[in-house]
Amino acid sequence: MSAAIELRGVEKSFGITSVIRNVNLTVAKGERHALIGPNGAGKSTLFNLISGYMVPTTGHIRLRNEVISGLPPYQINRRGLSRSFQVTNVFANMSVWENLRCAVLWAAGHRYTFWKNIDNLPEVRERTARILADISLTARRDVPAGLLTYAEQRALEIGITVAGGAEVILLDEPTAGMSHAETERAVALIRRLTEGRTLLIVEHDMSVVFGLADRISVLVYGQIIASGTPEEIRSNSKVREAYLGEEAA
Amino acid sequence: MSELTSRVAPASSTAAEKFKFYGLWVAAAILLVVLPKLFGSGGSLTTFSLIGISIIFSLSYNILLGQTGMLSFGHAVYYGLGGFLAIHAINIIGFNKLPIPLPLVPLIGGLTGLLFAALLGWVSTQRSGTAFAMISLGIAELIASSALILRTFFGGEAGISANRTKLLRLFDWSFGPQIQIYYLVAAWTLLAVAAMYALTRTPLGRMCNAVRDNPERVQFVGYNPHVVRYLAFCFSGFFAGIAGALAAINFEIANSAYLGAVQSGSVLFATYIGGVGFFVGPIVGAIFVTALSLGLSDLTQVWQLYFGLIFIAVVLYAPGGITGLVMMHRPLVKAGTLHKVLPSYVIAFVPTLAMIAGLMLAIETVVHYTVNPGDDSHIKAFGVSFDAASRYIWTMATTLSIGGFWLARKTWIWVGRAWDEANSGEREKGAAA
Repeated sequence: MSAAIELRGVEKSFGITSVIRNVNLTVAKGERHALIGPNGAGKSTLFNLISGYMVPTTGHIRLRNEVISGLPPYQINRRGLSRSFQVTNVFANMSVWENLRCAVLWAAGHRYTFWKNIDNLPEVRERTARILADISLTARRDVPAGLLTYAEQRALEIGITVAGGAEVILLDEPTAGMSHAETERAVALIRRLTEGRTLLIVEHDMSVVFGLADRISVLVYGQIIASGTPEEIRSNSKVREAYLGEEAA
Repeated sequence: MSELTSRVAPASSTAAEKFKFYGLWVAAAILLVVLPKLFGSGGSLTTFSLIGISIIFSLSYNILLGQTGMLSFGHAVYYGLGGFLAIHAINIIGFNKLPIPLPLVPLIGGLTGLLFAALLGWVSTQRSGTAFAMISLGIAELIASSALILRTFFGGEAGISANRTKLLRLFDWSFGPQIQIYYLVAAWTLLAVAAMYALTRTPLGRMCNAVRDNPERVQFVGYNPHVVRYLAFCFSGFFAGIAGALAAINFEIANSAYLGAVQSGSVLFATYIGGVGFFVGPIVGAIFVTALSLGLSDLTQVWQLYFGLIFIAVVLYAPGGITGLVMMHRPLVKAGTLHKVLPSYVIAFVPTLAMIAGLMLAIETVVHYTVNPGDDSHIKAFGVSFDAASRYIWTMATTLSIGGFWLARKTWIWVGRAWDEANSGEREKGAAA
């Protein structure tokens, strides 16, 4: 099995504070991998490092055997990695349709094109319409993204992330702040949209994690203390002590 | 449900919509052709020409401000350089008898704007926001001051003049009479407006909007926001250069004022007052501001003060500009609840107008005592004569402005209530559907 994402000896420090310490992590191609850990463990920082939002202090990050650490986010995105954000990060004044279309354009090969009418690109239109239907926002097509409900914005966030057709998807707490019913719907959506792709997901809801993930890694104080299948993680004493124990108590 | 599915993939727009769309452009073209037939005086032709130039300039500015979210304090640089190069081009073409007709000269201005935007823009578009605004201001000051130092190219205080009639003639048009200049400006305005509109409907145009809304997220859908901003800046410089060249052709002169802070400020005014959120906003603003500045300067000597007050009022109370104010009512028209707000407008209009009249009276009186205290106190402003020394006038100014404000505030609350009512009706309808 070849690796989709591979982190080797990755460290990140801000001044003298080290946030990520010697992280080694491999996410296999086609795998759904969950990253769990207490608040402040560095999960979001790790996402920022992988997606190019931050540059690691030392260490290497590979995307499908190609070193991507040090590249700007848009270069990494063009190489087939797309991420979502914990705090909704959409194009607030643009309609749902425009949001998704912007996420499709580069992948569809249109780059900085200024000589084509955007409404006359059938392939872009079809891809956008498909994503719109996938995230069940067809009825809200022309609503500015800033006016959507919270759950709808979260769905749009996921839609923008997967719209470009990236092979590797990173989702940062996609169900945070959702009701139980909304969470269930979001999980079904994530399962459907990441079919056949590689998924790395940060999640606090343990039912989501154990229901969705093929493998789980546990990050505590910037270090990965365990990596394995859900069963292995559940029975790992170090994990129970550091993290799951708290939940059970 | 059928309505929903039909909206999933909006196929190319319906025939009726296409007809409406192209009909609008044809109507605009016809209007431009017949306008001189309706208002044929030299003064109105000059006004129309200036409005056309201002429309191109304001729209080019809105590529930055409204479309891409970049606040520039130095857009006149590209306008002015386009103007200077156009003047030099006319002189060179005329002197060497080159086979280039005058209608192509704006293109030279445009290419100049493009070239300088391409040279100066790479660094400044690294960031938007304050950094971009500061750099634009710095570059503007740099170019404006070099205009006074590099005399051979910029002609110092006097500027550079040219004779536009000495070029290769097309259809026996000399471009001496203002009517021919009007048609030249009108044709370029239509062309430039169409081109800039088309630009908003391309992948780059949409990514400009995305960069305006959220430059961070743009990076995670594969785009480099710096490149998007840079390309927008180049286009903006190109169209500003065309506007500058047309201005130079219109006046047959280019001087340092073309490049200056006042020019950069007035394009910001016109664009913002018109409304940055809509494509037509800057067009409305250009017409309004040009007509107002020409009209007001005849009526009062402190027209710039009124201008500033209007700008402040728009920024505070109508950040969407004139177009934003009008477009606000579209949902009400659609929901058929417009009639609920109109009466409150009429009621609010009276005390608001009284307040404005009082303020104007006060301003003109104060101006008399500060600017020309020695003169006769019987002054005339906005076509009305009054005695600035009269106690009666002072009392009237105070009563109107304070009383008007007091009353107007109450009526504005009514307007707000009427709005809520009109909107809630619409919301209920939306929920029912």
